Amino acid sequence: MGYIELMDISKSYNKQSNVLNGIDLQIEEGEFFVLVGPSGSGKSTLLRMIAGLEEISGGTLKINEKVVNHLPPKDRNLSMVFQNYALYPHLTVEQNILFGLHAKKVDKQVQKKRLEETAKMMGLSELLNRKPRELSGGQRQRVALARAVVSEAPLCLMDEPLSNLDAKLRANMRIEIRRLQKKLGLTMVYVTHDQVEAMTMGDRIMVLNDGIIQQVGEPIELYNKPANLFVATFIGSPKMNLGKAKIKNDQLIIEDALTIPFEKMDVPESIQNRKLVIGLRAEHMPHGNETQQVQHVEIVNVEHLGNETLVSFEIGTELWTAKWLGQWLIQVGDRVPVHISVENMCFFDAETGDLIKAAAFTRKQEVVLR
Amino acid sequence: MSMSNPMIESSQEFHEINYENVKKKQRAKTFTKGMVFLLPSIVLFGTFLFYPLFKTMYLSFFLTNARGETTVYVGLQNYIEMFTSPIFHQSMKSTFLFVLYTVPTTIIIALSLAVIANEKLKGIGFFRTIFSSTMGISVAAASVFWLYMFHPSIGFLNRILELFGVESIGWLTDPKWALLAVAVTTIWMNLGFTFLVLLGGLQSIDSYLYESADIDGAGYFYKLRRITIPMLSPTLFFVITVTIINAFQTFGQIDILTQGGPQNSTNLIVYSIYREAFSNYQFGTASAQAIVLFTIILIMTIIQFKIGERKVHYQ
Repeated sequence: MGYIELMDISKSYNKQSNVLNGIDLQIEEGEFFVLVGPSGSGKSTLLRMIAGLEEISGGTLKINEKVVNHLPPKDRNLSMVFQNYALYPHLTVEQNILFGLHAKKVDKQVQKKRLEETAKMMGLSELLNRKPRELSGGQRQRVALARAVVSEAPLCLMDEPLSNLDAKLRANMRIEIRRLQKKLGLTMVYVTHDQVEAMTMGDRIMVLNDGIIQQVGEPIELYNKPANLFVATFIGSPKMNLGKAKIKNDQLIIEDALTIPFEKMDVPESIQNRKLVIGLRAEHMPHGNETQQVQHVEIVNVEHLGNETLVSFEIGTELWTAKWLGQWLIQVGDRVPVHISVENMCFFDAETGDLIKAAAFTRKQEVVLR
Repeated sequence: MSMSNPMIESSQEFHEINYENVKKKQRAKTFTKGMVFLLPSIVLFGTFLFYPLFKTMYLSFFLTNARGETTVYVGLQNYIEMFTSPIFHQSMKSTFLFVLYTVPTTIIIALSLAVIANEKLKGIGFFRTIFSSTMGISVAAASVFWLYMFHPSIGFLNRILELFGVESIGWLTDPKWALLAVAVTTIWMNLGFTFLVLLGGLQSIDSYLYESADIDGAGYFYKLRRITIPMLSPTLFFVITVTIINAFQTFGQIDILTQGGPQNSTNLIVYSIYREAFSNYQFGTASAQAIVLFTIILIMTIIQFKIGERKVHYQ
């Protein structure tokens, strides 16, 4: 039994096409659960349905083993942080933090105590008398978090809370939110469109596209075994390299441009004689040396990241990117050897886009780490 | 050698640039440009606002003939006579009472209507149209409409009183009721504009604030008091200022409904000015009254801004 249970939840506006379809999901107590998807995928709508701000068109929503479909937000015992923080501009930081407690007529002494604790925890003690417009983006974010913390609700919902911050601050706040959640033992449902946030923060991630669940799982699982082409390209940066492929005479032909010999032992019967799409992570295409299976490709772009180098090259019509450790002084137009092997590849069905076989190499890596 | 000469010359030139002069020239240029852009408003305001204002001040120190030409310089005599005249006292009293009747009532009714019309309900567009419809009705049309409503025998209001067996009231002929009747008409006429402005203000309040309050468990009136009213304060402030100025300047409905009567009880200051100038042809005293009205509105507005600035929250 999960803390939050969604059973066949759907959402439609004006009884026309569904924005969300058949969402079945369980979120455990104390879990940091991330909803991730491109804009328009319905992730915010789903969160707002859990909060009670949006009506549920179909299905059952349970929080703490009670059906809450019909309950208004205030009776669901949760807190929420909005994308634009929703701070009251005419109230001071202190009044903002205490707004909810004041509305619920919590005892004055308790209010004061909780305010002090929260302000100390969030580093806001010096700022209590300021108005939101006198605060920086990061401080406003902290006030918004403090409002969620002070309510002492066991469930916290966050709707893209970091998207208004600059990159450096975002990285800081990621860690801060994560620590806060662990420290207070909150159950967190976190919506983001940023796959980096999802990967770095989530205990589990749900990838949503067009109102349909693509995959639910731990970050590493999503990375290594993407359930379909959407997840494969959405999770990971740079995105997974894809190419149409077919098997002919013990050879794998990719985009009619690359020919890679392989032994039938390497791949199961199931993927032979089918139209395939293969996926290959950027870090699984190292610079080739003499002893390995090597393809020579012409470099069309080089990006230096400091300790890593991204090199791009064309395979047929697709642009592939490989990530090499270290600093490689390569020029555009050079021909370099790249090691591309079958064992690193994920195989997808070209028609349905579903995963047939995950990369063998990554499974090995997982074993080594454990 | 021949090549090096111009080089030296140009470098000397470079040192001789007088930065102060250049800056001055540039400033003069931007100033002229700015003035050119301002010219249309300066011309319009000058002709229709500033010139009449100063002309009125000038006239208020003179007696005039029927054609408005100055005859005798009387100094402050116009003002002294005005402030000792019982008719003017009555007029001031009526004006302030009228403002007191109309302004708070208009704003409270308009605000309640706006709060109701801001709800997301089916067919709310219809009600929004109805509530703001008086904005599209001219003063003359509205006054005639109310003239029939107030009619002593066939008027709707007296018919209703008749139904309840109450004696009919001479709404516009009884000195006790006339000012109230005009005030009701004015409230009805101003409602549309005030409602529309307040509704606009309500709709610009971020919906996230209400959602956040919903999650915090705030009730309807708590949200109204802690979010809606403070967030609406700039709009409310604007509406109060405009309504007060409008109330002081009421003319049309007075002219059509009561013509200042009965017993001068609805002789509001603008109507008094009009009567003085165009019935009695006393342009001097009329100008003096106009200056007094100008001063009152100016002071009221200054006071409002002083108080308002402290209370109003601008985002």
